[in-house]
Amino acid sequence: MRDEIMWGRYIARRIGQGVIVLWAAYTISFLILYLLPGDAATLFAGGGDQEAVDPELVAQLRSELGLDRPLWEQYLVALGKALTGDFGVSTQTGRPASDLLLESLPPTLALTAFAFVLSVVFGIVLALSASLARAQWLRNLLSSLPPLGVSIPVFWIGLLLLQAFSFRLRLFPSMGNEGFESLVLPAITIAIPSGAFIAQLLSRSLRSTLAQPYVEIVRAKGASERRVQLGHAFRNAAIPSLTMVGVLIGGLLSGAVVTETVFSRLGIGRLVVTAVNNRDVPVVQAVVVFAALVFVVANLVVDLVYPLIDRRITLARTAFVAA
Amino acid sequence: MSFTRPRTAALAAIGVVALTLTACATGAGDPAPTASAEAEPVTGGNLTFAISVDSQCIDPQQVGNNDAIAIARQTVASLTIQDPETGEILPWLASDFEVNDDATSFTFTLQDGPAYADGEPIDAASVKTNFEAIQALGAKATLGSSYLADLESIDVVDDQTVTINFSEPNAQFLQATSTFTLGLLSPATAAVSQADRCLGNFVGSGPFSVQSYTPNEGAVLERREGYEWGPSTAGHTGEAYLDTITYKVVPESGNRTGSLQSGQIDATTGIATADAVLFEGDDFWSLNRANPGSVYNLYANQSTEKLADENVRLAIQKGIDREQITATLLGPDDLPAVSPLASSTPYFTDLSDVLEYDPEAAADLLEESGWTEGDDGIREKDGEKLSFHVTYWQSPKEVLELVQQQLRQIGVDLQLTFASIADVTAANADGTYDFSYGNLTRADPDVLRTVFSVDGTNNATKRTEPAEIDELLDEQAAIIDPAERQKVVDEAAELLITGGYSIPIYQLSTTITAASKVQGLTFEASSRLDFYDAWIAE
Repeated sequence: MRDEIMWGRYIARRIGQGVIVLWAAYTISFLILYLLPGDAATLFAGGGDQEAVDPELVAQLRSELGLDRPLWEQYLVALGKALTGDFGVSTQTGRPASDLLLESLPPTLALTAFAFVLSVVFGIVLALSASLARAQWLRNLLSSLPPLGVSIPVFWIGLLLLQAFSFRLRLFPSMGNEGFESLVLPAITIAIPSGAFIAQLLSRSLRSTLAQPYVEIVRAKGASERRVQLGHAFRNAAIPSLTMVGVLIGGLLSGAVVTETVFSRLGIGRLVVTAVNNRDVPVVQAVVVFAALVFVVANLVVDLVYPLIDRRITLARTAFVAA
Repeated sequence: MSFTRPRTAALAAIGVVALTLTACATGAGDPAPTASAEAEPVTGGNLTFAISVDSQCIDPQQVGNNDAIAIARQTVASLTIQDPETGEILPWLASDFEVNDDATSFTFTLQDGPAYADGEPIDAASVKTNFEAIQALGAKATLGSSYLADLESIDVVDDQTVTINFSEPNAQFLQATSTFTLGLLSPATAAVSQADRCLGNFVGSGPFSVQSYTPNEGAVLERREGYEWGPSTAGHTGEAYLDTITYKVVPESGNRTGSLQSGQIDATTGIATADAVLFEGDDFWSLNRANPGSVYNLYANQSTEKLADENVRLAIQKGIDREQITATLLGPDDLPAVSPLASSTPYFTDLSDVLEYDPEAAADLLEESGWTEGDDGIREKDGEKLSFHVTYWQSPKEVLELVQQQLRQIGVDLQLTFASIADVTAANADGTYDFSYGNLTRADPDVLRTVFSVDGTNNATKRTEPAEIDELLDEQAAIIDPAERQKVVDEAAELLITGGYSIPIYQLSTTITAASKVQGLTFEASSRLDFYDAWIAE
C-alpha cells in the first residue's frame, strides 16, 4: 500500500518534471530565436540571394506575421496555442508547422531507428571484443576505437563514406530518400559515433563489473572466460548503460541533422536547419518541443523500467536519486 | 578533403552503369559521351540538375533566389525577351511594344495563339490579372513588386492589347517584362493561395510544367505539349527537347562534386572554385557568365562621419588591388570590376581609367584629410583610429580578407565578421554598419538606382541628402532612347567612381558544370539558367 502511494507520487513527480522540461525548451528556443539578429520578415524580403531589402515591404510583412507585436504578447499567444498542439503557421512557407513536422518525421524515424540498431550492435560487438581479445595489443587497439569514434565529426564520416561507397564503388546513391539503399550510408554515418559511445559505456561498465567479487566466485566455479563475460558480467554491465538512452537519442537526433544535410535527405534535421536559417520560429519551436518530448518520454520510460529490470534498485533509492 | 581521381575510359563506362543505378536517370546507353556541339538535338530524356539551396518556393512571381529561379524560369514565358548578347529587349509573347516619350506608359500587342497550360488564352485581360496579382502578393513578391512600383493603371485596350501606366518614369519596366518574375501565369493561379503557389500549384505559360515539388528534396518539371512560342533568342522554336528536368537539392558542396563526377547528377552551378579542376577534360564541360547588375561592392555608410568624407572613400577605393584578388583567389573566369556595373549588363562601359589601384594617391588623400599614420601603422586623427567594420556572408570569404590586407598597407583597418545570411540581412536592414558588402543581379543599369540612389530600394550608402548622382540616376530611368540613356548611364557610373560612392571589387559570375552528354543548357540575359534548348546526347 505504502509502496503504491510512493510509486504514484514518483510517477506524478517525474511527469511534472517532464512538463517543466518541455516548457523550458519552448521558452528558451523562443528567446534565442528572438535574440538572434534578423527576423523572418527581413529574411523573407531579402531573399537571401543578393536581392534588395525594401524597408516598407519588410514592415508590411512584419505586421502580417505578427512580428510587430510586443515580445511577451507574441510569446503568450504562441504558448497558449502550443498547449493545444498548434504551433502556428511557418513564416517561410505559410503552412502549419505541425504539418511540416509530421511530414518530416517518417524519414528521420527510419534513419534513426536503423542507426540505433546499428549503433547497439556495433557498440556491443566492439566492447565485448575489446574485453575478450586475448592479445594485449589487440585489446589496446580495440579500446582506443571508441574515443576515436565519438570525436570524429559526423559530416566528415559522411563524406568519407560517400567518397568510398557512392562516388568510387557506386554501391549506394549519394542523395535522396528512395529505397533502403539510400538509408545505408547515412545510418552508418550516425551509427559510428553513437556506437562508439555505447562501446565506451559498456567497456567501462564491464571493467567495473569484472572487478567485483562475485565474478571471482563464478571463475572459481570453473566457468570459461567467455562464459564469465557473456553470461554474467555483460548482463549486469548492460543495465547501467540503459540510463544513458537519453544521451544516445540526443546523439542520434543531432547526427541526423548533419547527416540529412550531407546526404540530401528529407527529415526533421533538414527541416530545422532550414527553419533556423529563415528564423522560422513556429517550425523551430515545433521541432524543439518534439525533440524535448522524445527525451522526456525516453528518460521516463527508462526510469520506470529500470527498477523492474534490476531488483536490487529499490523504489525509494530511485526516487531519491531522481529527486 | 581532396579528391584524387583516376579518370579513365573504363571509369567513364562504369559511370553509365552508375547512372542506371540512380532512380531518376533514364536509361543512358552510350558509354562514350562525346557528342559534338554540332550534333542534331534529340527529343526525350531527363536531365538531373543539382541546386544548393531550397528557398521553399518555386512560384516564379515570388522567388528571388538563383536556385529557385533555375526552376521557376522554365515554367513561364514573358511579354518580352532580352537578348543575352546585346541586352536588347525583343518581342516574345508580345509581338510588338511601344513606350511613350517619358517612359511612363507601355503598350504591348500580344501574339494571337499562345495559351496557358490549362488552355486559357494569353490575352490582355490575363496580363492585367497577373500584374494585379503580383501587387496583391506585396512583400511576398519582392522582385515583382519593386518592378511594378509606381504602377498607376492597367488598361485592357482590346483582347490583344494592354497598356500599363506608371505615375513616374520607369524605363527599367521594359526589361522587367522580360524577367521570370513578371512571367505570365494562368488567371486561375491568381486565386490560389500564396503558400500553395509556392508548392508548385500554378499554371504557367512556358515550355515546362511542374510535375512535382517537395521542399528540401527537389522538383520535377515536364515538357509541355503544344508549346510553340519559343523566343527568337533561342536555338529552336516549338516544344522543349527534354521530357523532364529533375532538380535535386544538394546542400553539401562535396556531395555535388562527387555526384557530378560519378554521374548521379548531370549538371549543376554549385561547384566550388577549388573543385573546378576536377571537371577539366572531355567528360565534362563548363560555361561561365558574369551576372549582370551591380558588381560586388563595399558600400560605405555615408551617414557616418568618417565615411561622409569623400577622400576617405576614394582612398579605400584606390587602395584595393582588384587584379590581385581575382588572380590569387578566384577562378580564371572571375574578372575584376571595372565599373559599378558588371560587364554583362546592358549600357556597361569600361571605366578602368578612372578606377585604378593607386596606393600612393590613396595615402595622399588620407593625409589631405588629416589622417596620419600612428605607431601601429593604422592612421588616426584626433585620437581616433581609421578603423571600419564589415559583416558579410558571401564566399569565398578570403576576398575580403585580402582586401583587409591591402587596406592595411594604406593605413586603414578593416574589421571583418563572417556571419550567416540572416545576421547580414539584419545588419543591412538596420543600417548599423560602416560597410556592407554584396552585389545585385539585374540586366538593366537601373540597378544602380536601386542600390545607390538616396531614394533607392537599398540606399546602401545610407545617404540622406540628394546629390548630383541622384539626378543622374533618376534621369536615366526616364530615357527610352538607347543612345541618350547610354550617355547618362555612363555619366552616372563615372560619378559613382570619381565621387567615391561605389567601391567595386569584382564581378560575380555563374558557372554551369555539366557532363558532356548535356547539350544546349545555357544562360539567359540575367545569367540565370535556360533549359529550353537543352537536350541529352545519347
